Amino acid sequence: MIGDMTSTATAPDLSPAPGTDADATPARGRPNGVRLDQVARSFDIAQGRHDVLRGLDVELGSGEIVAVVGPSGCGKSTLLRLIAGLDRPSSGVIRIGGTALTGTDPRTAVAFQEPRLLPWRTLEKNVALGLPRGTGRTEGRERVRHLLQLVGLEHAAELRPREVSGGMAQRASLARALARSPEVLLLDEPFGALDALTRLRMQDLLLEIHAAEPTTILVVTHDVEEALYLADRVLLLRSLREEGPEARSLARVVDVPGTRPRDRADHTLAELRVHLLEGLGVTTHQTTTASTTSTTSTTTEFPS
Amino acid sequence: MRLAAGAVLPLIILAAWQIVTATELVPAYRLPGPLTVLQAAAELIERGELGLHIAISVQRVLLGFVIGSVIGLAVAAIVGLSRAGDALLNPTLAALRAVPSLAWVPLLILWLQIGEESKITLIAIGAFFPVFTTVAAALRHIDPHLVEAGRCFGLRGWSLFRTIQLPAVVPSVVSGLRLALAQAWLFLVAAELIASSMGLGFILNDSQQNGRVDRILLAIVLLALLGSLTNAVLGLAEKKLLRRWA
Repeated sequence: MIGDMTSTATAPDLSPAPGTDADATPARGRPNGVRLDQVARSFDIAQGRHDVLRGLDVELGSGEIVAVVGPSGCGKSTLLRLIAGLDRPSSGVIRIGGTALTGTDPRTAVAFQEPRLLPWRTLEKNVALGLPRGTGRTEGRERVRHLLQLVGLEHAAELRPREVSGGMAQRASLARALARSPEVLLLDEPFGALDALTRLRMQDLLLEIHAAEPTTILVVTHDVEEALYLADRVLLLRSLREEGPEARSLARVVDVPGTRPRDRADHTLAELRVHLLEGLGVTTHQTTTASTTSTTSTTTEFPS
Repeated sequence: MRLAAGAVLPLIILAAWQIVTATELVPAYRLPGPLTVLQAAAELIERGELGLHIAISVQRVLLGFVIGSVIGLAVAAIVGLSRAGDALLNPTLAALRAVPSLAWVPLLILWLQIGEESKITLIAIGAFFPVFTTVAAALRHIDPHLVEAGRCFGLRGWSLFRTIQLPAVVPSVVSGLRLALAQAWLFLVAAELIASSMGLGFILNDSQQNGRVDRILLAIVLLALLGSLTNAVLGLAEKKLLRRWA
Protein backbone atom coordinates (compact mmCIF):
# COMPACT_ATOMS: atom_id res chain seq x y z
CA MET A 1 0.00 0.00 0.00
CA ILE A 2 2.81 2.35 0.84
CA GLY A 3 5.88 2.37 -1.33
CA ASP A 4 7.41 -1.06 -1.40
CA MET A 5 5.42 -2.29 1.56
CA THR A 6 3.68 -5.57 0.96
CA SER A 7 -0.03 -5.27 0.80
CA THR A 8 -1.24 -6.23 4.23
CA ALA A 9 -4.97 -6.44 4.55
CA THR A 10 -6.42 -3.03 5.22
CA ALA A 11 -10.05 -3.90 4.76
CA PRO A 12 -11.88 -1.08 6.47
CA ASP A 13 -13.82 -1.88 9.55
CA LEU A 14 -17.37 -1.22 8.54
CA SER A 15 -19.13 -2.81 11.47
CA PRO A 16 -21.46 -0.18 12.84
CA ALA A 17 -20.35 1.42 16.05
CA PRO A 18 -22.69 1.50 19.02
CA GLY A 19 -24.89 4.53 18.90
CA THR A 20 -24.95 4.57 15.13
CA ASP A 21 -27.82 6.44 13.54
CA ALA A 22 -30.00 3.52 12.52
CA ASP A 23 -31.87 5.20 9.67
CA ALA A 24 -28.71 6.54 8.05
CA THR A 25 -28.58 6.27 4.28
CA PRO A 26 -26.56 3.20 3.32
CA ALA A 27 -23.60 3.88 1.06
CA ARG A 28 -24.15 2.99 -2.58
CA GLY A 29 -21.40 0.56 -3.40
CA ARG A 30 -17.86 0.86 -2.20
CA PRO A 31 -16.39 4.32 -2.16
CA ASN A 32 -13.35 4.99 -4.29
CA GLY A 33 -9.85 4.97 -2.92
CA VAL A 34 -7.12 7.49 -3.63
CA ARG A 35 -3.71 6.77 -5.06
CA LEU A 36 -0.71 9.11 -5.14
CA ASP A 37 2.27 8.27 -7.35
CA GLN A 38 5.53 10.12 -6.78
CA VAL A 39 3.67 13.29 -5.92
CA ALA A 40 5.79 16.40 -5.34
CA ARG A 41 4.89 20.03 -4.79
CA SER A 42 7.35 22.89 -4.72
CA PHE A 43 6.87 26.61 -4.50
CA ASP A 44 9.01 29.31 -6.07
CA ILE A 45 10.33 31.64 -3.42
CA ALA A 46 12.90 34.44 -3.42
CA GLN A 47 15.72 32.02 -2.50
CA GLY A 48 14.85 29.67 -5.36
CA ARG A 49 12.68 26.58 -5.18
CA HIS A 50 11.22 25.31 -1.95
CA ASP A 51 10.09 21.68 -1.90
CA VAL A 52 7.13 21.08 0.37
CA LEU A 53 6.29 17.54 -0.69
CA ARG A 54 8.54 15.09 -2.47
CA GLY A 55 8.33 11.50 -3.67
CA LEU A 56 5.03 10.74 -2.02
CA ASP A 57 3.55 7.32 -2.78
CA VAL A 58 0.37 6.74 -0.83
CA GLU A 59 -2.71 4.68 -1.38
CA LEU A 60 -5.88 5.20 0.60
CA GLY A 61 -7.99 2.07 0.48
CA SER A 62 -11.69 2.27 -0.13
CA GLY A 63 -13.46 3.27 3.07
CA GLU A 64 -10.22 3.62 4.98
CA ILE A 65 -9.56 6.39 7.47
CA VAL A 66 -6.03 7.73 7.18
CA ALA A 67 -4.63 10.43 9.42
CA VAL A 68 -1.70 12.63 8.44
CA VAL A 69 0.50 14.10 11.14
CA GLY A 70 3.77 15.95 10.94
CA PRO A 71 5.60 19.05 12.12
CA SER A 72 4.41 22.39 10.79
CA GLY A 73 5.72 23.00 7.30
CA CYS A 74 5.78 19.29 6.42
CA GLY A 75 3.17 19.85 3.74
CA LYS A 76 0.26 18.00 5.31
CA SER A 77 -2.22 20.72 4.41
CA THR A 78 -0.66 20.98 0.95
CA LEU A 79 -1.24 17.24 0.54
CA LEU A 80 -4.91 17.69 1.39
CA ARG A 81 -5.27 20.63 -1.00
CA LEU A 82 -3.68 18.56 -3.77
CA ILE A 83 -6.15 15.71 -3.30
CA ALA A 84 -9.00 18.24 -3.07
CA GLY A 85 -7.94 19.58 -6.47
CA LEU A 86 -7.44 23.08 -5.05
CA ASP A 87 -3.75 22.86 -5.96
CA ARG A 88 -1.82 20.86 -8.52
CA PRO A 89 1.24 18.72 -7.90
CA SER A 90 4.49 19.95 -9.46
CA SER A 91 5.05 16.37 -10.54
CA GLY A 92 3.42 13.01 -10.00
CA VAL A 93 -0.15 11.84 -10.39
CA ILE A 94 -3.11 11.68 -8.04
CA ARG A 95 -5.86 9.22 -8.93
CA ILE A 96 -9.28 8.85 -7.43
CA GLY A 97 -10.86 5.53 -8.30
CA GLY A 98 -8.39 5.08 -11.12
CA THR A 99 -8.96 8.41 -12.90
CA ALA A 100 -6.28 11.08 -12.71
CA LEU A 101 -7.30 14.27 -10.97
CA THR A 102 -7.41 17.48 -13.03
CA GLY A 103 -9.12 19.86 -10.61
CA THR A 104 -11.80 19.74 -7.95
CA ASP A 105 -13.73 16.51 -8.22
CA PRO A 106 -17.42 15.99 -7.47
CA ARG A 107 -16.54 12.79 -5.66
CA THR A 108 -14.49 14.59 -3.02
CA ALA A 109 -15.59 16.96 -0.29
CA VAL A 110 -13.55 19.06 2.09
CA ALA A 111 -14.13 20.39 5.58
CA PHE A 112 -11.60 22.96 6.70
CA GLN A 113 -10.23 23.98 10.06
CA GLU A 114 -12.52 27.03 9.92
CA PRO A 115 -16.16 26.24 9.20
CA ARG A 116 -16.15 28.59 6.17
CA LEU A 117 -19.91 28.92 6.20
CA LEU A 118 -21.57 31.66 4.16
CA PRO A 119 -22.62 34.18 6.83
CA TRP A 120 -25.73 35.30 4.91
CA ARG A 121 -27.18 31.80 4.65
CA THR A 122 -28.92 29.77 7.33
CA LEU A 123 -27.18 26.57 8.42
CA GLU A 124 -29.71 24.62 6.34
CA LYS A 125 -28.91 26.60 3.19
CA ASN A 126 -25.19 26.31 3.93
CA VAL A 127 -25.45 22.54 4.09
CA ALA A 128 -27.48 22.61 0.86
CA LEU A 129 -24.47 24.24 -0.85
CA GLY A 130 -22.72 20.89 -0.62
CA LEU A 131 -25.44 18.98 -2.50
CA PRO A 132 -24.29 17.62 -5.85
CA ARG A 133 -25.37 19.69 -8.89
CA GLY A 134 -28.72 18.66 -10.22
CA THR A 135 -30.12 17.33 -6.96
CA GLY A 136 -33.90 17.63 -7.02
CA ARG A 137 -35.52 20.15 -4.70
CA THR A 138 -37.43 17.70 -2.51
CA GLU A 139 -34.62 15.19 -2.54
CA GLY A 140 -32.13 17.90 -1.58
CA ARG A 141 -34.28 19.19 1.24
CA GLU A 142 -34.73 15.65 2.55
CA ARG A 143 -30.98 14.99 2.45
CA VAL A 144 -30.14 18.28 4.20
CA ARG A 145 -32.69 17.55 6.90
CA HIS A 146 -31.23 14.09 7.40
CA LEU A 147 -27.67 15.44 7.63
CA LEU A 148 -28.63 18.16 10.09
CA GLN A 149 -30.19 15.44 12.20
CA LEU A 150 -27.06 13.33 11.87
CA VAL A 151 -24.85 16.12 13.23
CA GLY A 152 -27.43 17.13 15.84
CA LEU A 153 -28.38 20.49 14.34
CA GLU A 154 -32.01 19.89 13.35
CA HIS A 155 -33.09 22.54 15.87
CA ALA A 156 -30.65 25.11 14.43
CA ALA A 157 -31.53 24.76 10.73
CA GLU A 158 -32.87 28.30 10.46
CA LEU A 159 -30.02 29.99 12.36
CA ARG A 160 -27.22 31.98 10.76
CA PRO A 161 -23.57 30.95 11.34
CA ARG A 162 -22.90 33.93 13.61
CA GLU A 163 -25.76 32.87 15.86
CA VAL A 164 -24.26 29.47 16.69
CA SER A 165 -21.21 28.24 18.61
CA GLY A 166 -17.93 27.22 16.98
CA GLY A 167 -18.72 23.56 17.51
CA MET A 168 -22.12 23.89 15.87
CA ALA A 169 -20.63 25.76 12.92
CA GLN A 170 -18.05 23.03 12.52
CA ARG A 171 -20.75 20.37 12.58
CA ALA A 172 -22.62 22.29 9.88
CA SER A 173 -19.41 22.42 7.86
CA LEU A 174 -19.07 18.66 8.21
CA ALA A 175 -22.71 18.18 7.18
CA ARG A 176 -22.09 20.37 4.11
CA ALA A 177 -19.15 18.16 3.11
CA LEU A 178 -21.27 15.04 3.65
CA ALA A 179 -24.08 16.48 1.53
CA ARG A 180 -22.19 15.50 -1.60
CA SER A 181 -22.16 11.87 -0.42
CA PRO A 182 -18.44 12.09 -1.04
CA GLU A 183 -16.47 9.00 -1.84
CA VAL A 184 -13.42 10.78 -0.49
CA LEU A 185 -13.81 13.05 2.51
CA LEU A 186 -10.90 15.40 3.22
CA LEU A 187 -10.66 16.98 6.66
CA ASP A 188 -8.07 19.68 7.34
CA GLU A 189 -7.58 19.89 11.10
CA PRO A 190 -11.36 19.85 11.35
CA PHE A 191 -11.56 19.98 15.13
CA GLY A 192 -8.40 21.97 15.81
CA ALA A 193 -10.14 25.19 16.76
CA LEU A 194 -12.63 23.56 19.13
CA ASP A 195 -12.40 23.20 22.88
CA ALA A 196 -11.15 19.85 24.18
CA LEU A 197 -14.54 18.41 25.15
CA THR A 198 -16.25 19.42 21.91
CA ARG A 199 -13.32 17.95 20.01
CA LEU A 200 -13.81 14.52 21.62
CA ARG A 201 -17.51 14.61 20.82
CA MET A 202 -16.81 15.57 17.21
CA GLN A 203 -14.37 12.68 16.86
CA ASP A 204 -17.04 10.24 17.98
CA LEU A 205 -19.54 11.89 15.66
CA LEU A 206 -17.18 11.48 12.73
CA LEU A 207 -16.73 7.78 13.53
CA GLU A 208 -20.50 7.29 13.79
CA ILE A 209 -20.94 8.93 10.41
CA HIS A 210 -18.20 6.82 8.91
CA ALA A 211 -19.80 3.68 10.28
CA ALA A 212 -23.13 4.70 8.76
CA GLU A 213 -21.75 5.93 5.43
CA PRO A 214 -18.27 4.52 5.03
CA THR A 215 -16.33 6.91 2.82
CA THR A 216 -12.60 7.11 2.34
CA ILE A 217 -11.38 9.72 4.80
CA LEU A 218 -8.11 11.62 4.93
CA VAL A 219 -7.78 13.69 8.07
CA VAL A 220 -4.92 16.11 8.61
CA THR A 221 -4.32 16.79 12.27
CA HIS A 222 -1.67 18.05 14.65
CA ASP A 223 -3.16 15.95 17.43
CA VAL A 224 -1.45 12.55 17.60
CA GLU A 225 -4.07 11.17 19.97
CA GLU A 226 -6.82 12.20 17.59
CA ALA A 227 -4.98 10.51 14.72
CA LEU A 228 -4.67 7.25 16.66
CA TYR A 229 -8.26 7.35 17.85
CA LEU A 230 -9.74 7.92 14.40
CA ALA A 231 -7.50 6.30 11.84
CA ASP A 232 -6.77 2.88 10.43
CA ARG A 233 -3.35 4.18 9.50
CA VAL A 234 -1.34 7.21 10.49
CA LEU A 235 1.12 8.78 8.05
CA LEU A 236 3.93 10.78 9.60
CA LEU A 237 5.39 13.35 7.21
CA ARG A 238 8.75 15.01 7.71
CA SER A 239 9.59 18.60 7.00
CA LEU A 240 11.92 18.74 4.00
CA ARG A 241 13.47 22.00 5.14
CA GLU A 242 16.41 20.46 7.03
CA GLU A 243 16.69 17.44 4.78
CA GLY A 244 18.89 16.69 1.81
CA PRO A 245 17.58 16.82 -1.75
CA GLU A 246 17.01 13.06 -1.76
CA ALA A 247 14.71 12.97 1.28
CA ARG A 248 11.12 11.94 0.77
CA SER A 249 8.15 13.37 2.58
CA LEU A 250 6.83 10.16 4.08
CA ALA A 251 8.74 9.39 7.28
CA ARG A 252 6.67 6.70 8.94
CA VAL A 253 3.46 4.74 8.53
CA VAL A 254 1.71 3.32 11.55
CA ASP A 255 -1.01 0.72 11.22
CA VAL A 256 -3.23 1.34 14.21
CA PRO A 257 -4.28 -1.94 15.83
CA GLY A 258 -7.74 -2.84 17.03
CA THR A 259 -11.19 -1.93 15.83
CA ARG A 260 -13.16 1.23 16.34
CA PRO A 261 -14.48 2.57 18.58
CA ARG A 262 -11.15 2.46 20.34
CA ASP A 263 -10.46 2.79 24.01
CA ARG A 264 -8.84 6.18 24.43
CA ALA A 265 -6.84 4.80 27.36
CA ASP A 266 -5.62 1.75 25.45
CA HIS A 267 -2.08 0.81 26.39
CA THR A 268 -0.98 0.07 22.83
CA LEU A 269 -2.27 3.44 21.65
CA ALA A 270 -0.36 5.16 24.43
CA GLU A 271 2.85 3.48 23.25
CA LEU A 272 2.13 4.39 19.64
CA ARG A 273 1.49 7.92 20.76
CA VAL A 274 4.92 8.15 22.35
CA HIS A 275 6.38 6.60 19.23
CA LEU A 276 4.72 9.14 16.96
CA LEU A 277 5.53 12.08 19.19
CA GLU A 278 9.17 11.05 19.08
CA GLY A 279 8.89 11.03 15.33
CA LEU A 280 7.67 14.60 15.61
CA GLY A 281 10.69 15.44 17.73
CA VAL A 282 8.86 15.73 21.03
CA THR A 283 10.39 14.31 24.18
CA THR A 284 7.71 12.52 26.17
CA HIS A 285 9.63 12.04 29.46
CA GLN A 286 8.39 8.48 29.66
CA THR A 287 10.26 6.22 32.06
CA THR A 288 9.71 3.00 30.15
CA THR A 289 11.53 2.66 26.88
CA ALA A 290 9.23 3.81 24.18
CA SER A 291 11.04 2.11 21.36
CA THR A 292 9.36 -1.21 22.10
CA THR A 293 6.18 -0.81 20.17
CA SER A 294 3.48 -3.34 20.62
CA THR A 295 3.62 -6.40 18.46
CA THR A 296 0.02 -5.91 17.34
CA SER A 297 0.84 -2.72 15.44
CA THR A 298 2.98 -2.39 12.38
CA THR A 299 5.22 0.56 11.85
CA THR A 300 7.05 1.04 8.61
CA GLU A 301 10.01 3.38 8.74
CA PHE A 302 11.18 5.35 5.75
CA PRO A 303 14.59 6.79 6.57
CA SER A 304 15.35 9.95 4.69
CA MET B 1 -37.52 59.41 19.42
CA ARG B 2 -34.50 59.75 17.13
CA LEU B 3 -36.64 61.65 14.68
CA ALA B 4 -37.61 64.09 17.43
CA ALA B 5 -33.99 64.51 18.55
CA GLY B 6 -32.96 65.15 14.96
CA ALA B 7 -35.58 67.88 14.62
CA VAL B 8 -34.30 69.86 17.61
CA LEU B 9 -31.44 71.66 15.85
CA PRO B 10 -33.38 72.63 12.69
CA LEU B 11 -36.16 74.06 14.89
CA ILE B 12 -33.64 76.10 16.90
CA ILE B 13 -32.10 77.40 13.67
CA LEU B 14 -35.53 78.26 12.32
CA ALA B 15 -36.39 80.15 15.52
CA ALA B 16 -33.07 82.03 15.48
CA TRP B 17 -33.58 82.86 11.83
CA GLN B 18 -37.05 84.23 12.55
CA ILE B 19 -35.78 86.29 15.51
CA VAL B 20 -32.80 87.91 13.75
CA THR B 21 -34.90 88.80 10.71
CA ALA B 22 -38.00 90.00 12.58
CA THR B 23 -35.92 92.27 14.82
CA GLU B 24 -34.06 93.48 11.72
CA LEU B 25 -30.78 92.54 13.35
CA VAL B 26 -29.80 91.42 9.85
CA PRO B 27 -31.19 93.53 6.98
CA ALA B 28 -33.79 91.78 4.79
CA TYR B 29 -31.81 92.20 1.57
CA ARG B 30 -29.10 90.01 3.07
CA LEU B 31 -31.26 87.49 4.89
CA PRO B 32 -35.00 87.43 4.30
CA GLY B 33 -37.15 85.80 6.97
CA PRO B 34 -38.56 82.28 6.83
CA LEU B 35 -41.98 83.61 5.88
CA THR B 36 -40.55 85.51 2.90
CA VAL B 37 -38.95 82.28 1.71
CA LEU B 38 -42.31 80.51 2.07
CA GLN B 39 -43.91 83.32 0.07
CA ALA B 40 -41.29 82.89 -2.63
CA ALA B 41 -42.19 79.22 -2.75
CA ALA B 42 -45.91 80.02 -2.92
CA GLU B 43 -45.31 82.48 -5.73
CA LEU B 44 -43.34 79.92 -7.76
CA ILE B 45 -45.98 77.25 -7.11
CA GLU B 46 -48.71 79.64 -8.25
CA ARG B 47 -46.88 80.21 -11.52
CA GLY B 48 -46.58 76.44 -11.85
CA GLU B 49 -42.78 76.63 -11.95
CA LEU B 50 -41.58 75.12 -8.68
CA GLY B 51 -42.91 71.62 -9.37
CA LEU B 52 -41.28 71.70 -12.78
CA HIS B 53 -37.91 72.81 -11.38
CA ILE B 54 -38.00 70.10 -8.75
CA ALA B 55 -39.18 67.43 -11.18
CA ILE B 56 -36.48 68.14 -13.73
CA SER B 57 -33.76 68.14 -11.06
CA VAL B 58 -35.00 64.90 -9.52
CA GLN B 59 -35.21 63.30 -12.95
CA ARG B 60 -31.64 64.31 -13.76
CA VAL B 61 -30.34 63.01 -10.44
CA LEU B 62 -32.14 59.68 -10.70
CA LEU B 63 -31.17 59.07 -14.34
CA GLY B 64 -27.54 60.02 -13.75
CA PHE B 65 -27.45 58.01 -10.54
CA VAL B 66 -28.83 54.86 -12.16
CA ILE B 67 -26.61 55.08 -15.24
CA GLY B 68 -23.49 55.89 -13.23
CA SER B 69 -24.18 53.15 -10.67
CA VAL B 70 -24.82 50.43 -13.22
CA ILE B 71 -21.63 51.25 -15.11
CA GLY B 72 -19.82 51.57 -11.78
CA LEU B 73 -20.95 48.08 -10.71
CA ALA B 74 -19.95 46.54 -14.03
CA VAL B 75 -16.49 48.13 -14.06
CA ALA B 76 -16.02 47.28 -10.37
CA ALA B 77 -16.72 43.63 -11.16
CA ILE B 78 -14.05 43.65 -13.88
CA VAL B 79 -11.45 45.45 -11.76
CA GLY B 80 -12.30 43.66 -8.51
CA LEU B 81 -12.45 40.12 -9.84
CA SER B 82 -9.74 39.95 -12.49
CA ARG B 83 -6.12 40.77 -11.96
CA ALA B 84 -5.74 41.78 -15.61
CA GLY B 85 -8.73 44.12 -15.38
CA ASP B 86 -7.25 45.69 -12.28
CA ALA B 87 -3.84 46.22 -13.89
CA LEU B 88 -5.33 47.59 -17.11
CA LEU B 89 -8.09 49.85 -15.83
CA ASN B 90 -7.23 50.96 -12.33
CA PRO B 91 -4.49 53.55 -13.09
CA THR B 92 -6.64 55.27 -15.72
CA LEU B 93 -9.70 55.30 -13.50
CA ALA B 94 -7.68 56.67 -10.59
CA ALA B 95 -6.47 59.52 -12.81
CA LEU B 96 -9.98 60.28 -14.10
CA ARG B 97 -11.25 60.25 -10.54
CA ALA B 98 -8.76 62.98 -9.66
CA VAL B 99 -10.37 65.35 -12.18
CA PRO B 100 -12.60 67.86 -10.34
CA SER B 101 -16.23 67.68 -11.39
CA LEU B 102 -16.38 71.19 -12.83
CA ALA B 103 -13.48 70.47 -15.15
CA TRP B 104 -15.74 68.16 -17.16
CA VAL B 105 -18.37 70.81 -17.81
CA PRO B 106 -16.80 72.70 -20.74
CA LEU B 107 -15.94 69.46 -22.51
CA LEU B 108 -19.38 67.94 -21.97
CA ILE B 109 -21.07 71.09 -23.24
CA LEU B 110 -18.89 71.12 -26.35
CA TRP B 111 -19.52 67.47 -27.05
CA LEU B 112 -23.13 67.04 -25.93
CA GLN B 113 -24.46 70.62 -26.11
CA ILE B 114 -26.48 72.26 -23.36
CA GLY B 115 -29.17 69.58 -23.43
CA GLU B 116 -30.10 66.95 -20.89
CA GLU B 117 -27.34 64.61 -22.08
CA SER B 118 -24.48 66.75 -20.83
CA LYS B 119 -26.04 67.18 -17.37
CA ILE B 120 -26.98 63.53 -16.96
CA THR B 121 -23.52 62.49 -18.13
CA LEU B 122 -21.89 64.74 -15.56
CA ILE B 123 -24.11 63.33 -12.79
CA ALA B 124 -23.40 59.79 -13.98
CA ILE B 125 -19.67 60.52 -13.73
CA GLY B 126 -20.27 61.72 -10.19
CA ALA B 127 -22.27 58.62 -9.26
CA PHE B 128 -19.88 56.21 -10.98
CA PHE B 129 -16.83 56.71 -8.78
CA PRO B 130 -18.19 56.02 -5.28
CA VAL B 131 -19.86 52.82 -6.50
CA PHE B 132 -16.81 51.74 -8.46
CA THR B 133 -14.32 52.43 -5.66
CA THR B 134 -16.23 50.78 -2.80
CA VAL B 135 -17.43 47.75 -4.75
CA ALA B 136 -14.10 47.05 -6.49
CA ALA B 137 -12.29 47.20 -3.14
CA ALA B 138 -14.90 44.96 -1.51
CA LEU B 139 -14.67 42.38 -4.29
CA ARG B 140 -10.91 42.35 -3.99
CA HIS B 141 -11.15 41.72 -0.25
CA ILE B 142 -13.71 38.93 -0.16
CA ASP B 143 -12.59 36.27 2.30
CA PRO B 144 -10.50 33.94 0.08
CA HIS B 145 -11.52 31.08 2.37
CA LEU B 146 -15.14 31.41 1.31
CA VAL B 147 -14.25 31.54 -2.37
CA GLU B 148 -12.09 28.46 -1.97
CA ALA B 149 -14.88 26.64 -0.15
CA GLY B 150 -17.15 27.54 -3.05
CA ARG B 151 -14.66 26.15 -5.55
CA CYS B 152 -14.49 22.96 -3.49
CA PHE B 153 -18.20 22.51 -3.96
CA GLY B 154 -17.93 22.88 -7.70
CA LEU B 155 -18.82 26.56 -8.11
CA ARG B 156 -17.19 28.29 -11.07
CA GLY B 157 -17.48 31.59 -12.92
CA TRP B 158 -21.03 32.88 -12.89
CA SER B 159 -22.32 30.44 -10.26
CA LEU B 160 -19.40 31.35 -7.97
CA PHE B 161 -20.13 35.06 -8.50
CA ARG B 162 -23.85 34.64 -7.87
CA THR B 163 -23.51 32.34 -4.87
CA ILE B 164 -20.53 33.81 -3.03
CA GLN B 165 -18.92 36.92 -4.43
CA LEU B 166 -22.03 39.00 -5.05
CA PRO B 167 -23.76 38.28 -1.71
CA ALA B 168 -20.47 38.93 0.09
CA VAL B 169 -20.31 42.49 -1.26
CA VAL B 170 -23.98 43.44 -0.84
CA PRO B 171 -23.23 45.68 2.18
CA SER B 172 -20.51 47.50 0.22
CA VAL B 173 -22.76 47.88 -2.82
CA VAL B 174 -25.40 49.53 -0.67
CA SER B 175 -22.99 51.94 1.01
CA GLY B 176 -21.45 52.71 -2.38
CA LEU B 177 -24.91 53.50 -3.74
CA ARG B 178 -25.64 55.85 -0.85
CA LEU B 179 -22.40 57.72 -1.43
CA ALA B 180 -23.17 57.82 -5.15
CA LEU B 181 -26.59 59.34 -4.54
CA ALA B 182 -25.13 62.12 -2.41
CA GLN B 183 -22.51 62.72 -5.08
CA ALA B 184 -25.26 62.80 -7.75
CA TRP B 185 -26.96 65.74 -6.01
CA LEU B 186 -23.60 67.48 -5.74
CA PHE B 187 -22.94 67.09 -9.45
CA LEU B 188 -26.51 68.11 -10.27
CA VAL B 189 -25.93 71.56 -8.87
CA ALA B 190 -22.59 71.78 -10.66
CA ALA B 191 -24.32 70.92 -13.92
CA GLU B 192 -27.29 73.21 -13.46
CA LEU B 193 -25.33 76.18 -12.15
CA ILE B 194 -23.46 76.52 -15.38
CA ALA B 195 -25.80 75.78 -18.18
CA SER B 196 -29.49 75.31 -17.68
CA SER B 197 -32.87 76.95 -18.01
CA MET B 198 -34.61 74.80 -15.43
CA GLY B 199 -33.93 73.02 -12.18
CA LEU B 200 -32.89 73.93 -8.66
CA GLY B 201 -29.37 74.86 -9.77
CA PHE B 202 -30.91 77.20 -12.29
CA ILE B 203 -32.97 78.87 -9.54
CA LEU B 204 -29.74 79.38 -7.56
CA ASN B 205 -27.89 80.93 -10.47
CA ASP B 206 -30.80 82.98 -11.77
CA SER B 207 -31.66 84.32 -8.32
CA GLN B 208 -28.08 85.31 -7.65
CA GLN B 209 -28.20 87.52 -10.73
CA ASN B 210 -31.56 89.03 -9.71
CA GLY B 211 -30.61 89.41 -6.07
CA ARG B 212 -33.46 87.13 -4.94
CA VAL B 213 -31.94 85.87 -1.70
CA ASP B 214 -35.31 84.38 -0.71
CA ARG B 215 -35.29 82.08 -3.74
CA ILE B 216 -31.64 81.13 -3.12
CA LEU B 217 -32.57 80.08 0.39
CA LEU B 218 -35.61 78.24 -0.94
CA ALA B 219 -33.44 76.27 -3.39
CA ILE B 220 -30.94 75.40 -0.66
CA VAL B 221 -33.68 74.20 1.69
CA LEU B 222 -35.24 72.16 -1.12
CA LEU B 223 -31.88 70.57 -2.00
CA ALA B 224 -31.40 69.63 1.66
CA LEU B 225 -34.88 68.14 1.89
CA LEU B 226 -34.70 66.23 -1.39
CA GLY B 227 -31.23 64.90 -0.61
CA SER B 228 -32.36 63.70 2.81
CA LEU B 229 -35.51 62.16 1.36
CA THR B 230 -33.74 60.11 -1.34
CA ASN B 231 -31.07 59.12 1.18
CA ALA B 232 -33.76 57.97 3.60
CA VAL B 233 -35.39 55.83 0.91
CA LEU B 234 -32.05 54.15 0.18
CA GLY B 235 -31.51 53.81 3.93
CA LEU B 236 -34.71 51.79 4.23
CA ALA B 237 -33.64 49.57 1.36
CA GLU B 238 -30.26 49.17 3.02
CA LYS B 239 -31.82 48.04 6.29
CA LYS B 240 -33.82 45.38 4.48
CA LEU B 241 -30.87 44.18 2.41
CA LEU B 242 -28.49 44.06 5.36
CA ARG B 243 -30.93 42.03 7.42
CA ARG B 244 -30.91 39.49 4.61
CA TRP B 245 -27.29 39.56 3.46
CA ALA B 246 -25.01 40.71 6.26
